Amino acid sequence: MPDTLLTWSTLAPATAEISLAAAVCIVLLVDVFAGARSRMLTPALALLAVAVCAALTVRFGHVTERTVLLHGMYVADELGFVLKLVGFLVLAWVLLYSRAYLAQRGILRGEYYVLALTALLGIFVLVSANNLLTVYLGVELLALSVYALVAFDRDSGVAAESAMKYFVLGAIASGALLYGMSLLYGLTGTLDLAEIAVRLSGPLSLGVILGLAFIVVAVAFKLGAVPFHMWLPDVYEGAPTSVTLFIGTVPKIAYFALALRLLAQGLAGTSQEWTQMLVPLAVLTLVVGNVVAIVQTNLKRMLAYSTIANVGFIVLGFVAGTADGYSAALYYTLVYVLAALGSFGVILLASAQGFEADKLDDYKGLYRRDPLLALAMMLLMFSTAGVPPLVGFWAKLRIFQALWETHHLWLVVIAAAMSVVGAFYYLRVIKLMYFDEPPAGLPAPAPAGGVRLALGLNAAAVLALGVLPGPLLNLCARLLH
Amino acid sequence: MHGLLSILIWLPIAAGVLVLVLGDRNIVIARWLALLAALATLAFCWPLWGRFDASTSALQFLEKLPWIPRFNAYYGLGVDGIALPLIVLTAFMTVPVIIAAWSVIEKRPAQYFAAFLIMEGLMIGVFSATDALLFYFFWEAMLIPMFLIIGIWGGPRRVYATIKFFLYTFLGSVFMLAALIYMYVKGGSYSIADLQGLQLTLIEQRWIFFAFLLAFAVKVPMWPVHTWLPDAHVEAPTGGSVILAAVMLKMGGYGFLRFSLPITPDASRELDVLVIALSLIAVVYIGFVALVQQDMKKLIAYSSIAHMGFVTLGAFVVYQIVRTTGGVVGAGMGLDGAMVQMVSHGLISGALFLCVGVLYDRMHSRQIADYGGVINTMPVFAAFMVLFALANTGLPGTSGFVGEFLVIIASFRASFWYSFLAAVTLVLGAAYTLWLVKRVVFGPVTSPRVKALQDVNGREFVVLAALAIAVIGVGVWPAPLLKVMQPTIHHLVSQAIATKL
Repeated sequence: MPDTLLTWSTLAPATAEISLAAAVCIVLLVDVFAGARSRMLTPALALLAVAVCAALTVRFGHVTERTVLLHGMYVADELGFVLKLVGFLVLAWVLLYSRAYLAQRGILRGEYYVLALTALLGIFVLVSANNLLTVYLGVELLALSVYALVAFDRDSGVAAESAMKYFVLGAIASGALLYGMSLLYGLTGTLDLAEIAVRLSGPLSLGVILGLAFIVVAVAFKLGAVPFHMWLPDVYEGAPTSVTLFIGTVPKIAYFALALRLLAQGLAGTSQEWTQMLVPLAVLTLVVGNVVAIVQTNLKRMLAYSTIANVGFIVLGFVAGTADGYSAALYYTLVYVLAALGSFGVILLASAQGFEADKLDDYKGLYRRDPLLALAMMLLMFSTAGVPPLVGFWAKLRIFQALWETHHLWLVVIAAAMSVVGAFYYLRVIKLMYFDEPPAGLPAPAPAGGVRLALGLNAAAVLALGVLPGPLLNLCARLLH
Repeated sequence: MHGLLSILIWLPIAAGVLVLVLGDRNIVIARWLALLAALATLAFCWPLWGRFDASTSALQFLEKLPWIPRFNAYYGLGVDGIALPLIVLTAFMTVPVIIAAWSVIEKRPAQYFAAFLIMEGLMIGVFSATDALLFYFFWEAMLIPMFLIIGIWGGPRRVYATIKFFLYTFLGSVFMLAALIYMYVKGGSYSIADLQGLQLTLIEQRWIFFAFLLAFAVKVPMWPVHTWLPDAHVEAPTGGSVILAAVMLKMGGYGFLRFSLPITPDASRELDVLVIALSLIAVVYIGFVALVQQDMKKLIAYSSIAHMGFVTLGAFVVYQIVRTTGGVVGAGMGLDGAMVQMVSHGLISGALFLCVGVLYDRMHSRQIADYGGVINTMPVFAAFMVLFALANTGLPGTSGFVGEFLVIIASFRASFWYSFLAAVTLVLGAAYTLWLVKRVVFGPVTSPRVKALQDVNGREFVVLAALAIAVIGVGVWPAPLLKVMQPTIHHLVSQAIATKL
């Protein structure tokens, strides 16, 4: 048994987690002892830590075969490897975008960086979970870090309120998850996901269905699927924008992994049942997300409903219930994360001291004030709306294709109709930026050269991946063949 | 010449990006660059037309590069007899748009030129794509520049108009995309030729037919999904109206010929009466609507809808001809007429919108009531306007006559009543167009503002003269155009009347 011996070589597939855990400790200690200098030091150190951990992961943590270690608690596969690298990359961008915003508001503190890194660790644990306990560990590590992040601007009442809402509702979801897991454990006698998959073949007892229902609820809550979406708009709006940026991007990778590891892999034998549960969820999510987004006046809140709408598409990928459907969902998730990263990045860059830039009206005539920012936002909005030549189009196309392959005619029709409804509110943002005159008295966006370059790259990626979508499509298909 | 089609697509797009980068600070260079690029694109159409082998219906100037191996999708380009004239039309119409905007656009001129150049490349891409995914890619990408053109440079209600335009077209296209993906899932290929050969049951064909109908009917536009067009036309800047009327509407017609007829022949046969009825409603009812318009652009917009009714009528009358006469003699004539009508309407409506643009630049009004007696102060302009107006009524000797005449004759073979109703347009079209001319151009000078009008300058003269030559050229000698299309139309008829069941 190779995994009875703990040596560096057997632990190599877990390099990402190990190095990140070490990095969290280092950043935390340096931040505490650096005193006044920590304002300069911690952001740079966190970025450096992300870069080093990513480099170590590429060097040591690459696996081509599915490898199970730590007594079956942990699984390393290529999917996990790629998702972790994406996590590193997206987090690096998040940290780049948020620094100026935090500094302007006097909340540039080490906690933001440490909590972001622990959240990332939670994401990694979740991505590589092969056991219900590991799943729960990852979910909670991520969730607790994020609750604290939402509340970390401690002088803001709105943020505290959002954090409380998030915490209470999140605790209920965790409870549901745990309860569902306990039912499964009681009925199958194992916590190991691969083992559960084996033991759940054949006719299902009512208890299994009940456990499954609780797990679906928990997954739907984490993803933000209707009717378990209530927390999402409040948290997106109430949290400091740099935190919204974080919540809106990196954890989505984890929630995709959560759905995949639990439903598609562990509970593969019950896919008939959970796809049935997901259909109404997906339809409701698409309709509510898109329709309610239309009436929003706050851009962060609008993007929250846009997130919900996009989650509807991701859930549709799971509804297909095939490897192709999962790979469509993965592709959609990555594309969505890329676009959300840029959109919230624009909000951060458009904001200034005492100006949150979170109202839709704050974007009137943005083109005049800052052409680059407006151009980037336009590309991102068209991408999320699913208009070629931008990458969001291919994401929608993949979902449609997966649905056709599984003969879901009506879901295709609903999804198509809803993407037209969705186009409206993305167009409205472009309308505000390009067709309206800027109101007087808005502060000029701060010139931040390096961050602008990062945003430019982000928007360029949306266009480049849209014109040449082949490589990423192939990658997603290979990871979930 | 290898890669000719790629040059036609990417040359204007690259030039557009360059113009965008040059920006308003270097507007003189940017402007000349834009004109040069548009002229160069038109010049590259010369070898395209010259080397086109008009004796075959096969696709020519083929290019094929792997694009998305996973979907078996290719960057595939090629033209046949129905794509070629539309590509030339696109390249031809972009030049006057650039010249007409030369010094008129005051707001962000560099972006205006860039938007039209990028549009040109994308539109040529639509007509030359041989892969349905690439077709859709260009088809949708085109919406972005047009959305911005109407929204940034349009009139007072531009926001309403442009969002309506975008959402209408997007709604239609999304369902077409769903249909294309369905066929890909079934047949494993996005190549248009493979889709045309794909076996489909009648039920599948019906669904696909309706998905296509939604997409193309919105674009044409057919009654009752035409309501975005008058708004878009009225609010769009002159160039936007010209491109919209001259080229973008043709994509709907092109889609019917390229997708609906060959891919779903049985559903088309079954549902042809629906399309014919909608076309005749467009011709007759919209003709009456045009009669009562107070706004010049709106009148021409409604006239466009009525004229495009001929295109859809000509395309779908094929089935009725086969049913009535039992043979295919004359079936091609309807399609010939549809194609000529598309080219001709592109020229005429574009020219009329440019005429309105000339007036609008001087008076900043599109209301018919504000004008009267323009001929007294602008005789040269009046001559052009009257010529284009007569062409719009289908006067023999102009291009407008050829297309309508062919469609009316073809529909006579199908049914007397079809041709009767279609011929009503000759009366209605004459009524609304000539009444427009009477109120705007003729009569005594009605207001001091009209009295102060200056006649066309050299730039406007060149633009209008070029279009006038084209309109009369196609009208007097349509043979080259018909000859180029002949084998393709012949092949299309055989595809359309074949059965896949």
